[in-house]
Amino acid sequence: MLLECKNVCKSYGNKEVLKNINLSLPAGKIVGLLGKNGSGKTTLIKAINGLLSIDSGEILIDGKEVGVESKKIISYLPERNYLNVHEKVKDIIDYFNDFYEDFDKDKVYKLLNNLDIQAEDKLTTMSKGMREKVQLSLVMSRKARLYILDEPMGGVDPATRDYILDTILNNFDDGATILMSTHLISDIERVLDEVVFIDNGQITRCESAEKLREETGKSIDEVFREDFKC
Amino acid sequence: MKFNNESPIYLQLSHVLALDIVNGKYKIGDRLPSVRELSVIFKVNPNTVQKALGELENLNLIYTERTNGKFVTKDKKVIDDFLEGLAKEKTKLYVSDMKSLGFNKKEIVKMIERDE
Repeated sequence: MLLECKNVCKSYGNKEVLKNINLSLPAGKIVGLLGKNGSGKTTLIKAINGLLSIDSGEILIDGKEVGVESKKIISYLPERNYLNVHEKVKDIIDYFNDFYEDFDKDKVYKLLNNLDIQAEDKLTTMSKGMREKVQLSLVMSRKARLYILDEPMGGVDPATRDYILDTILNNFDDGATILMSTHLISDIERVLDEVVFIDNGQITRCESAEKLREETGKSIDEVFREDFKC
Repeated sequence: MKFNNESPIYLQLSHVLALDIVNGKYKIGDRLPSVRELSVIFKVNPNTVQKALGELENLNLIYTERTNGKFVTKDKKVIDDFLEGLAKEKTKLYVSDMKSLGFNKKEIVKMIERDE
């Protein structure tokens, strides 16, 4: 298994946000982590990336504990902009290149070139959608084993969503796994192998997307709406 | 390409690709785009593409050449038979729909001739 979460629990104060999460993901799959706002998606993703510590349980990435070694093989797209917007694109690229052994500088330049973004451009001059594309290009230019994308399409227009989806499909390494969280289910459900539903800090479903469609005769989007009706 | 999300995507995709073959978009002996290319063209999961191609392979419409990729069959008869099967299926569906509307065979034939 590429990613294993065993009995993972996390509380903020006395609010439990992850309640005994068990999740195993093999290599070579595109997995959707689907849940409402505040369901625990981002907390789980941050825990896998070592950005917050868990209270109990265990997270293993390719058999290794979360740490330097796991970060080498995980390429992570946070939900927020985390780059210095006053830096030039080329400086950000150099920063990534220094930081990650598996970073492919030629690839990122090629991707940015397709977007008509110049090395001298600064993020401050770009729209929200454009910034998201730059961040995604950086993240997808690593030859990682596990890509974790937190809301890769949050707040962008449908044409940009298509572009983002294409970039993801075109650029992940063979045999790598992609875990992406979203609540824009109907846009991405066709690219998913597996769906993981998370609600109130618990995993309520973890199954093959095609099987779920076959069994219910419904789209993932519909199943989601029914499961999580307010 | 619009798929409906209510039924398995691989079956819909294999149907679309089969139509591309009978329509001659992919001709006898042509190499099909790679799994990755098809996945981007149709915006579906690569494993879904793989499964759809498996269906076509079961129908003998395509075959795999080790390391070279997938090719449309060189046997024209397989494609013709598949097309005939599709045509029969569609006809059956149409006739049964028309019968449920109360038309008999003679009237159905007349309707088709009038429409041409």
